[in-house]
Amino acid sequence: MTRDRLTAAAMLAPSVILVGIFVYGFIAWSVRVSLSDWQGLIPSYNFVGLENFTQLIFHDRRFHIGIRNTGMFSLVFLGGAIVLGLMLAILLDRKLPAENLFRSIFLFPMAVSFIVTGVVWRWLMNPALGTRMSGLNLLFDQLGLDFLVNQWHMTGPPWGIAFIGIPAMWQMTGFAMALFLAGLRSIPEDLREAARVDGASEFQLYVRVIIPLLRPALLSVVIILGHISLKIFDLIIAMTGRQIALDVPAIYMWTTTFDANNFNRGAAIGLLLLLSVAVLVIPYLWYSRRQETEL
Amino acid sequence: MRNRRALALLAAASLLVMTSACADDEPDIVDDEVDDIELDDPEAAEYDVLESPPEEDAVEVFTWWTAGGEAEGLDAMIAIFNDEYPEYQFVNAAVAGGAGTAARAVLASRLAAGDPPSSWQGHAGQELIGTYVVAGQLEPLNFLFEEEGWLDVLPEAIIPQISHEGNIYSVPVNIHRANILWYLPEQLDAFGVDVPTTWDEFFAVAEELEAQGVIPLALGEAWTAMHLFETVLLGTMDVPTYDGLWDGTTDWGGPEVAEAIEVFDRVLEYTNPDAPTLSWDQATQLVIDGDAAFNIMGDWAAGYFGAQGLEPGDAGYGWAPVPGTDGVFQWLSDSFVLPVDAHNRDGAIAWLRVAGSREGQDAFNPIKGSIPARTDGDRSLYDEYLLSAMDDWETDEVTGSLAHGTVASDAFKSEIDTAIGLFLSDRDAAGFQDGLVSACTIAGPC
Repeated sequence: MTRDRLTAAAMLAPSVILVGIFVYGFIAWSVRVSLSDWQGLIPSYNFVGLENFTQLIFHDRRFHIGIRNTGMFSLVFLGGAIVLGLMLAILLDRKLPAENLFRSIFLFPMAVSFIVTGVVWRWLMNPALGTRMSGLNLLFDQLGLDFLVNQWHMTGPPWGIAFIGIPAMWQMTGFAMALFLAGLRSIPEDLREAARVDGASEFQLYVRVIIPLLRPALLSVVIILGHISLKIFDLIIAMTGRQIALDVPAIYMWTTTFDANNFNRGAAIGLLLLLSVAVLVIPYLWYSRRQETEL
Repeated sequence: MRNRRALALLAAASLLVMTSACADDEPDIVDDEVDDIELDDPEAAEYDVLESPPEEDAVEVFTWWTAGGEAEGLDAMIAIFNDEYPEYQFVNAAVAGGAGTAARAVLASRLAAGDPPSSWQGHAGQELIGTYVVAGQLEPLNFLFEEEGWLDVLPEAIIPQISHEGNIYSVPVNIHRANILWYLPEQLDAFGVDVPTTWDEFFAVAEELEAQGVIPLALGEAWTAMHLFETVLLGTMDVPTYDGLWDGTTDWGGPEVAEAIEVFDRVLEYTNPDAPTLSWDQATQLVIDGDAAFNIMGDWAAGYFGAQGLEPGDAGYGWAPVPGTDGVFQWLSDSFVLPVDAHNRDGAIAWLRVAGSREGQDAFNPIKGSIPARTDGDRSLYDEYLLSAMDDWETDEVTGSLAHGTVASDAFKSEIDTAIGLFLSDRDAAGFQDGLVSACTIAGPC
């Protein structure tokens, strides 16, 4: 081995070891706990097979609600952020006079944490009616838009959780916009001109040429927002406290582990979350690695 | 050039996302609170900073009493301790966070690390027994109860409720009552209704109130719904049947529970639709503001009425037992324990002596707004509401609270909480009862 390689190995070793212990080691430990009967303060590692998982997947109504809520939330959040982000990016790409200013304005919400977003939108989406009406409902009422006054996230299942997607969308649309804008800027001007010479209208130009070329950017947006969506915890806690109607697996994991000391069930939920994120992220890593090697 | 700027923008954006995504991995709430304590409360931070064990004579007591009357009451008790036991140094290891959720997480990690404080606060009953006694973390205190004669001054009925296999494991310092219906007498006059004593009367009154556009019963977030449910359970069955729910002798699938669920379902119809977004005190505020007529809450609500400038009595706030629970005192209590391998065991026992003494309880409770667990408290120190609670504590039948850890272990309570939460969202009575039955099988005594 050359000196160079030795130095490289020595530089890498600490992070490899630390990641090995604190990421993969603890994943392995979680697997062990999730296959055990550990409930209560005393660790217990009696092997019970996949019982914790089958219980969750086939019998646990709360977990089912969590899955359904995550699905609905992801749909609204990703769908909204992608459509709005793409629209904003296309508009900004039209060489507006104060483009930098607008870009910053749209990106700013991303700088606050989900807890702050949650608290603010909790006020805005106050579901109280009558004399105690406030927030957006009060605004609608004052503007004579009574038909818009509603119960927001207190709407019964399955729609309540969809309203939680709105603040998430508000926060992350700017990020989607930035990624799409970067994608748009990397499309050579010649392609647009070629399309125009071929007689494409502006609309056709976007639908047939530009948007298909944005596929890599779209993939990044879906992966990044998707994994946030699967792990969502803080936004919902800040907006609603803990209601089962608006439960998601991450909240269930926390409650069952730390309030009820069901460490085995908590570990099982954690691993299911990890798997769901992995299904999303690993193909992406594989795909981008292949692209890099092609380059 | 253009590409490069776009790339830079992209890089900056993904950096931002990475940082926020990393933060997502942490249970923010717990961490934030722990951080706060380290910043705000130098004494609480001490054990985190000190790597070496605390000094020999230190008595480190762990509570979640960090603000308001609770913290002041604790200080009054600490003053007595310092007077009586100058040889020990009291270390106040309080951790902030509502009803101890954050404190219990910190405590669990200290126990896991084999570093228990000298004594800690816990809700008397199954919350301590189901978690810590079963795990072999606590020492029995029978010897102390005998030495101090506490068995003679505590109501006989609560001893079995704080015992496990014949041993007593904690020293109750205060008592709160859960089954209270709160209202403002002047407002009820204006609405033209009387205080209901049975659930049927309540439904009649609620119809009248609803016709006037008043919310009959103010309700708050999830745990207050559990609080309501436990009082409904108690209000629709007799005390032995209710007690039987917690030792497995009453069938959760039986007709008594079915009836309670039916009443609970009807009561929910008369609560405010935005309940899950309100904390308990915001729900109580609805009564003060005249938006709602009644509120069912533990008697810490008396302290809230007081803080809003209302006095007990006809011109201020009024109270009654929850419908169907007259003559029953549904109690909960903060208590202190003696851990196995306690640091400075003698000092810890000295603290428990103060916590169980008449003097200690009379110093703590008038400030905290609760009654002493002992029945021989100095009546001149307590206000009108607390005096009435002290009378009831001596004469009523006593039984424990579910939402506040007296009758069910954390695991059992959490399963019931899930069943209630599911019911609140789907209102499926049969499914609710099945959920309660399986909660008792999975985590309870059934």
